[in-house]
Amino acid sequence: MGLNRREFVKLCSGTVAGLGISQVFNPKVIQAMEEGAKKAPVIWLQGQGCTGCSVSLLNSVHPKIKDVLLKVISLEYHPTVMASEGDMALEHMYEVAEKFQGKFFLLIEGAIPTKADGRYCVVGEKDGHEITMKDLALELGKKSLATVAVGTCAAYGGIPAGEGNLTGATGVKDFFAANGLADKLVVNVPGCPPHPDWMIGTLLAAWQYALGKGPLPELDSDGRPTLFFGENIHENCPFLDKFDNDELADTFMDKDKCRYQIGCKGPNAYADCYKRRWNGGVNWCIENAVCIGCVEPGFPDDMSPFYEEG
Amino acid sequence: MSGCKPSKAPVAGVSSKKIKIAVDPVTRIEGHLKVEVEVKDGKVVEAKCVGGMYRGFENILVGRDPRDASQLTQRICGVCPTAHATASVLALDDAFGVKVPTNGRIARNLILGANYLQSHILHFYHLAALDYVKGPDAAPFIPRYDNPDLLTDRIKDAKKAAAVNQYGLDQYLKALEIRRICHEMVALLGGRMPHVQGMVAGGTTEAPSKEKIAKYYARFKEVIAFVKDEYLPLIYTLGTVYPDLFETGAGYKNCVSWGVFPLSDTDPLDLLLKRGAYIDGKDVEVDPAKIKEYVGHSWFNQSKSGLNFAEGETVPNVDKAGAYSFIKSPRYADKACEAGPLARMWVTNPELSEVGQKMLKEKYGINAKKVRDLGDKAFSIMGRHVARAEETLYVANAIAGWLKQIVPGESTYMEYEVPESGEGLGMTEAPRGALLHYVDVKDQKISNYQIISATIWNANPMDDMGQRGPIEECLVGIPVPDPKNPVNVGRLIRAFDP
Ligand code: SF4
Ligand code: SF4
Repeated sequence: MGLNRREFVKLCSGTVAGLGISQVFNPKVIQAMEEGAKKAPVIWLQGQGCTGCSVSLLNSVHPKIKDVLLKVISLEYHPTVMASEGDMALEHMYEVAEKFQGKFFLLIEGAIPTKADGRYCVVGEKDGHEITMKDLALELGKKSLATVAVGTCAAYGGIPAGEGNLTGATGVKDFFAANGLADKLVVNVPGCPPHPDWMIGTLLAAWQYALGKGPLPELDSDGRPTLFFGENIHENCPFLDKFDNDELADTFMDKDKCRYQIGCKGPNAYADCYKRRWNGGVNWCIENAVCIGCVEPGFPDDMSPFYEEG
Repeated sequence: MSGCKPSKAPVAGVSSKKIKIAVDPVTRIEGHLKVEVEVKDGKVVEAKCVGGMYRGFENILVGRDPRDASQLTQRICGVCPTAHATASVLALDDAFGVKVPTNGRIARNLILGANYLQSHILHFYHLAALDYVKGPDAAPFIPRYDNPDLLTDRIKDAKKAAAVNQYGLDQYLKALEIRRICHEMVALLGGRMPHVQGMVAGGTTEAPSKEKIAKYYARFKEVIAFVKDEYLPLIYTLGTVYPDLFETGAGYKNCVSWGVFPLSDTDPLDLLLKRGAYIDGKDVEVDPAKIKEYVGHSWFNQSKSGLNFAEGETVPNVDKAGAYSFIKSPRYADKACEAGPLARMWVTNPELSEVGQKMLKEKYGINAKKVRDLGDKAFSIMGRHVARAEETLYVANAIAGWLKQIVPGESTYMEYEVPESGEGLGMTEAPRGALLHYVDVKDQKISNYQIISATIWNANPMDDMGQRGPIEECLVGIPVPDPKNPVNVGRLIRAFDP
């Protein structure tokens, strides 16, 4: 498709003036993606999650979600959107995994509970036996080309793995490593939920890689694409000069000052929310309230209390 | 679609033997659900609803700063985070003894209201509609049942069927955009969606600027037009192709509604959608002490089954004999009750929309002014879709009013101190039904937090007295002429939006 990595990075991360991965999706690129989708379909599993990542994906603006669903990715299994259910849905999933062995992308949303033999999350039934998220993630993980852990639960365990959890909830990479799949490629796209651009942008990079047309996206030490998670929010925050001048808000109603004192975790968070913003760019967490560091491996425990400085 | 002749669902393989069917996973819902039914003579005779996932928010919340609860509990559901945020902040307001300013009350209504629109539209078009409309022949729209009983199967004139189906499909795609716009409305006042940062104890975090209110309004106009001109007419028209689904899935006809959208600063029960219960054909006032949770068939240990939330315990036990679900069985006055748009609309009984009144008369010959004029038809698969669509417009009309009341730039938040100890109850309504959060604070930390969410009311297992959960009860009797294609099972479950 003639898009080299540099161009790709530029288009994905955009500039403050012209944001988004929108430019990437000109008709030519969509055509190439369609081709890629046929060769590398997506199977999307849900573990211990809230479906918020899936709902966030639906908020994609550029490309429009209808293009994502109809043209960009071949979403062969997704519990919240697929038409089929029960046996038929599962059989189809197994067929696709078999047919595209070593070629399909496994997307996992939600944490994987490991205690009680995985019975805290049952995702289906086959021949009268329950299929746990734990077993299915391993089985498909083995067969996939790569796994994308979508959202902080899948990436690092998230809230289901927070202090007090009883289910042995864990993120995909750790779970794979503990079960003999340490070598499997896992890309983390954290966020509670992740921005639609982060999910689609990462998949796009993954297609390029799968089609032999691009390198592996560069990942940071927490397994996240640096493309989206390479910069610190605080260092780039519009309120940074207020912070430096000690102009700190002490109530939510004070909109002209830095939010550090009322709990902002921007200094500990790495993501491009400060320029990408959310929901078609209408707002974002810090303009509204505070950042709670939802993209970080330590979320929620290390970010809590959310409304206290520190 | 009008004027087309409905035909009966394709019939194949009706058997007088009992046949067991398990649908697992039930898809196009939020979360993990399995349903097991026994079919005899083409009808369901026994049903079990199995909630297959446990996370344990109650346990994860213990020991934390109580203010964190509104952020953490939102993550119970990515479709209705604003509802959990609302229940949580109501419980915290109560525990902290903080009074939300008028502007904060209205801002909260605008945040939650916008997500009502989002959630109902998402539910009908993207979760339920594929039970009726045929998607394109590509993933994720295939595979589908061999006998799916779609519009295209029911409408005999092939050309007309194709046109009607295409209309439905275009709407499915358009609704994707509309629901995204609803999320932008939430985000304008709440920060971002899913999971708003802006809903906190004491009010909301942003006194909305003129500009933000104008942006909200611009989006709102587009959404309400869609609801009025497309969503509502489509639902009523769909009912003409599926008249049998107005007669299917009655259940107990018991309803609970905790009520939602406060209209007054002084009277907590002055609500847009009323608080009330409807039990055994009678309206009764809600007394929270009458809410109990049974765990006889749930994978939980409890010192005693049938505890009120204030004594609530949530201790999982996957090996418990006789248990089959991670969902507890809440009961109101020991009765199994359904929750959701139908329950709310039945309890509140507002006037139906103009579109509704007109179409009911023209297409069904029903003279209905108010929701209850629908009579028994309301307690059905189609009736629940009608209630949801009617409620969408009802809430949208209220939003138009709140937009006039909100004062740009005026504080939406009241400062407070977290007390040493306190107890709080937050009762509200998620789009999918009655939602309750209970918090107990000791030493400025959460010592107990209990949640009874909407799906818990609807999709629960049999209780200790042997009463089925509401969805289980509704399933009994629904037609499944072809056990290989149990279309109506999924339809019934999805009509609840679990
Ligand atoms: S608001 Fe948050 S991210 Fe921005 S400067 Fe202050 S502490 Fe840093
Ligand atoms: S601003 Fe912070 S809390 Fe908000 S999405 Fe970005 S990382 Fe998460």
